Amino acid sequence: MNLARTPSQTVGPYYAIGLCRRVENELVPPNDPGAVRVTGQLLDGDGQPIGDGMIEAWDASGSRWGRSGTDAEGRFSFVVSKPAARSGEAPRLDIYVHARGLLKHQLTRLYFPDEPEANAADPVLSSLPEADRAVLVAEQEDGAVRFDIRMQGERQTVFFSL
Amino acid sequence: MSDDSPIVLPDDPSFGSDVQVDYPGYRSTRLRAPKRPLVTLPEELHPVGGPVFGDETVFELDYDLTKQHEGEPLGERIIVSGRVLDDNGKPIRNALVEVWQANAGGRYKHEVDQHPAPLDPNFSGAGRCRTDDDGNYRFITIKPGAYPWGNHENAWRPAHIHFSVFGRAFTQRLVTQMYFPGDPLFRFDPIFNSVRDPKARALLVSEFDLATTKPEWALAYRWNIVLGHAGSGTTPLEDT
Ligand SMILES: [Fe+2]
Repeated sequence: MNLARTPSQTVGPYYAIGLCRRVENELVPPNDPGAVRVTGQLLDGDGQPIGDGMIEAWDASGSRWGRSGTDAEGRFSFVVSKPAARSGEAPRLDIYVHARGLLKHQLTRLYFPDEPEANAADPVLSSLPEADRAVLVAEQEDGAVRFDIRMQGERQTVFFSL
Repeated sequence: MSDDSPIVLPDDPSFGSDVQVDYPGYRSTRLRAPKRPLVTLPEELHPVGGPVFGDETVFELDYDLTKQHEGEPLGERIIVSGRVLDDNGKPIRNALVEVWQANAGGRYKHEVDQHPAPLDPNFSGAGRCRTDDDGNYRFITIKPGAYPWGNHENAWRPAHIHFSVFGRAFTQRLVTQMYFPGDPLFRFDPIFNSVRDPKARALLVSEFDLATTKPEWALAYRWNIVLGHAGSGTTPLEDT
């Protein structure tokens, strides 16, 4: 049997009613010794903040999941601990982007800035042109890791299909 | 894309279940839909596993949107139920199904919603449940009203319930909207029609189902949800 998949539709502007009933952006408790704060901005094709987006983060190595809405500045945030890497791959988070105006959620990857060697060897990162590698590696910023997501433009985030 | 592009494009069955992400009639796609082609990840590099939602995720009455306040909400009480399946037709158990919707007057309980229709003090419009061993979910709610939106002149959304579904793997994620049969607004709505294949579009529309109605109490709609391929993200244990 091969059933046709139910199509996607946008999460719309009011997703917070159903999806933000509690704090879910802490993949580990903030006082976890390995806790890393991840922040970023979700930006549209004009570089303007997307204030009604939602980001989901998945750490496969630790089976940890979380989600964060974006605020008026397009900002989202998570508390994570750096995932363990599978052999030959760099540590990463799998990220979904949802937003009003986005008819299907988009998949991307967040890599960590303090892993230059593992990042250079990662099979996905190393298959991309250098400019695209750079947009998938977060930046160190004030004790946090900063990962901006651009939906369009010269520095558009790389989105993946399965 | 110009401003005079049509709100609704003709059918195109070649899209299958895929939505057209840069659908021009839905204005907000213009600055938000990615412009560059997606990079295909080989199967061995797909996300592995997925969140498992335990008993603490769902409270006992989360499935009943009519019992979250002191009084009962206004509107037509309905039962919405169905199954969550994978594309092989196998039920997915313990899938987390979350819903949100407008009230009977077409108003969301959200500060951004300025539609001049009354809020209902007895309706928040959010529910969640987990599927049982046969993939069944069930909600009791109020039929949502159609509502206007600013996409184009005199734009109205057909009545719908927003659904968010987590399957057994991170790759089996779906956010979508369930519609009601025979809605006269279908042919004017760019979001609904961004699914270009009419057969796939029909999968977004629930069926009236006399068998699951509750006599003297509520009408009922059935709607099955088919998620994509779980791929290597499925653990053998969860696959049984
Ligand atoms: Fe809606």
